Amino acid sequence: MTTLIATKTKPDILRERGQREVFCGLTSIVWLHRRIQDAFFLVVGSRTCAHLIQSAAGVMIFAEPRFATAIIEERDLAGMADANEELDKVVDQLLARRPDIKLLFLVGSCPSEVIKLDLGRAAARLSEQHSPRVRVLNYSGSGIETTFTQGEDGCLSALVEDAPVDQTKAPSLLVCGALADVVEDQMRRLFASLGIDKVDFLPAREADEQPTIGPNTRYLLAQPFLTDTARALEDRGAKRIAAPFPLGVEGTTAWLKAAADTWQISPDVFDAVVELPRARAQRAVAKHRERLSGQSVFFFPDSQLEVPIARFLNTELGMTLLEVGTPYLHQEHLAEELELLPADVTISEGQDVDKQLDRCLAANPDITVCGLGLANPLEAEGLTTKWSIELMFTPLQGYEQAADLAELFSRPLVRKTRLAV
Amino acid sequence: MKLTVWTYEGPPHVGAMRVATAMEDLHYVLHAPQGDTYADLLFTMIERRNARPPVSYTTFEARDLGGDTAEVFKKTAREAYERFEPNAMIVGASCTAELIQDDPGGLAKRIGLPVPVIPLELPSYSKKENWGASETFYQIVRSLAQPDITRRSDVVGRPSCNILGPAALGFRHRDDVREIGSLLLSMGIDINLIAPMGASPTDVAEIGAADFNVLLYPEIGETAARWLERTFKQPFTRTIPIGVGATREFIAEVADLAGVDPDPGLGQTNLPWWSNSVDSTYFTGKRVFIFGDATHAIAAARVADEEIGFEVAGLGCYNREFARDLRAAAERYGVEPLITDDYLEVEAAIAEAQPELVLGTQMERHIAKRLQVPCAVISAPAHVHDFPARYSPQMGFEGSNVLFDTWIHPLVMGLEEHLLGMFRDDFEFHDEAGASHLGGHGGAVEAIEPASNVVQWDPEAEKELRKIPFFVRGKARRNTERFAADRHLETISVDTLYEAKAHYGR
Repeated sequence: MTTLIATKTKPDILRERGQREVFCGLTSIVWLHRRIQDAFFLVVGSRTCAHLIQSAAGVMIFAEPRFATAIIEERDLAGMADANEELDKVVDQLLARRPDIKLLFLVGSCPSEVIKLDLGRAAARLSEQHSPRVRVLNYSGSGIETTFTQGEDGCLSALVEDAPVDQTKAPSLLVCGALADVVEDQMRRLFASLGIDKVDFLPAREADEQPTIGPNTRYLLAQPFLTDTARALEDRGAKRIAAPFPLGVEGTTAWLKAAADTWQISPDVFDAVVELPRARAQRAVAKHRERLSGQSVFFFPDSQLEVPIARFLNTELGMTLLEVGTPYLHQEHLAEELELLPADVTISEGQDVDKQLDRCLAANPDITVCGLGLANPLEAEGLTTKWSIELMFTPLQGYEQAADLAELFSRPLVRKTRLAV
Repeated sequence: MKLTVWTYEGPPHVGAMRVATAMEDLHYVLHAPQGDTYADLLFTMIERRNARPPVSYTTFEARDLGGDTAEVFKKTAREAYERFEPNAMIVGASCTAELIQDDPGGLAKRIGLPVPVIPLELPSYSKKENWGASETFYQIVRSLAQPDITRRSDVVGRPSCNILGPAALGFRHRDDVREIGSLLLSMGIDINLIAPMGASPTDVAEIGAADFNVLLYPEIGETAARWLERTFKQPFTRTIPIGVGATREFIAEVADLAGVDPDPGLGQTNLPWWSNSVDSTYFTGKRVFIFGDATHAIAAARVADEEIGFEVAGLGCYNREFARDLRAAAERYGVEPLITDDYLEVEAAIAEAQPELVLGTQMERHIAKRLQVPCAVISAPAHVHDFPARYSPQMGFEGSNVLFDTWIHPLVMGLEEHLLGMFRDDFEFHDEAGASHLGGHGGAVEAIEPASNVVQWDPEAEKELRKIPFFVRGKARRNTERFAADRHLETISVDTLYEAKAHYGR
């Protein structure tokens, strides 16, 4: 099923339904468990779920990772009361083994959703049992409801719902979306220099340090996939600061400027603060512009970061956008981004992977952004690819990382010119 | 419910994918939600395959559940046929689709495709990957084997066999098939079919034309081999040709089944001389812990024991289906069989056994890295670097050479071991420097702390203990403490340490 819908503002959006070659939301656990350092993610699911996270994580660098799967077995499917008792047993076993855990997420999966195992109720019950040592929250990472980064959205919206109400009158800034520590530290320094004192990041690094939220909260999205989190924040009275995303020099400047304007910081102060990092980021990006300018790029849908990254590649590196595929297009959160894209770009939402592969091969892009399942097959067809998962696992946001983001695209092209075999 | 950190095996439909991906002109239509497409990357990334696995997923969503997921399946199956035009299709459900009970087999039959459609029933909540591969291969063979078929040997006048079991993502299957295939050809035996690897559905139809079957991987091929034995009176080989001794026995077994002379098969191998040469003396009695799939683990234990002269300090497998074989093998080496798919249990058993070498899967490689014990990979599941560019079989005579090299490579060399013992406080060769062959960085950790608080170490004895090289110190500490406890000693002196050394010395 393919429909071409002309939106109010160009560009046109190709909406597709068919086989989707994307991860489910469980995959977000791979970075979330590193981000919140005393949280544990317990997937209630099948052997497939366990195998997926293990395969997506690639290497098992952690002796005992802070995630695991409670694998549903045949006898659990016999009756629901039994499944709940079994879950309680697994949680007891887990918490006895890991006294360092302060926050436990029960993560719903396709099978737990289909058998209608109520993890919300289970989380409330277990939270009561293990209070005050451990808080138990839940969200869904199931493939029937979420793709890839929507798992993080689920996790953060559960944190927002659980967050204490902010009683203070003073406005506070909340930056939403899991970022690398180094990125968070850089942003904190910039906000401090701008004179914005009260800045929180969601999620915080420790379970007990999660931010308070109230009507004075102004939130700034650092990631484009936080639909439910934004809704939960709005329910608390928090207000969104509309901005493009902090990818690339221009994206970062506009993002910081949106916060500065909300805090009514004078343009002079703003320019003084960003001048130095902006200038060095521009210099670093310029080196990649020589290599990437005029090259064409095709995005398969993956993380919802596609639109802001495409904007960066187009406006700051001079690349041609052939197709920008995204699993889901949030028109409101991406409004500022979409305005910056060229009018003739093809954006596709959803996926019918076979048809998209046909389009990709016909377009013959210089570089194709795709998942790990498609990369080697496309390379074998003579295309150059960039694994999209690296765009989630690498610190990319902010001035100091703008050139790193560009480098992710130059490297595969440089490699092609180096190899003589 | 079972708490699981890391898994040795995926779900059974991944086993079915390993069979489908290994074959030609076969397509798998899998009723599954979108996340399940992750399985493609196992093949394209770990095995570096240059084509997508031949699998179409229905990727149904929550909103389809209220509507008609059966219709989604039928549409996917129809489109997959039109696009890929396979000679046969296998259809089935993943764990989630199993719960919604759409009956992919029945649905596929109803759309009336012009090729054989083989339904798979793979219970996701009780079975695992190897079982799934085995069941899938069996169903394919059963459905496609042409019943009335002339024996190939009656036509060409030479005996012929099928090679059963090699699949995608198998540990060195690609090279084993080449090694054993050329061995069979050198004995004047024709190869009627290799399956699933490289076989098309039309090839599988001819499976009954062989005189007998060579079963290389029982985990994947035994169910089919047993059915072929009953149906086509094809006997199958029981010996797994890993190691020199087993390869020779395999040749004898094959020669007997084919009615040919074994001698042309008895080719060159370096392992016997490499093991008998004096440099190999230092392997004598080195304690090795072996874990993997049952077939590879049992075979590795025999090679370790008989052909390299190691001591088997632990033996286990993750696939319960072959527990009986593994128990029998463990008894031969006088060790407790470890049959578990609980990764943490394996880690604890390795730490407890304090081996000098671990032979395992990629999971044991991680365990060994943490415990700072040398390790070589001998079995699936394996990671991308265990799919080497070079020819590197495990089976046959060349396979034996490969085993010798890869197992010996991670060990400290004989003379280096002596020097480490003599010059304990050498400025480069001290504990904190770590072993040069393990990269030389990071200090060695003692895996096991003093076993009990009952026995005290005299400071002089403690100092003496630290003079023992780090890679055997844990064992020395444990043995000394056990020696002292058995004799109800309260304190361990330097003499106790050497008494224990004399007592346990090999």
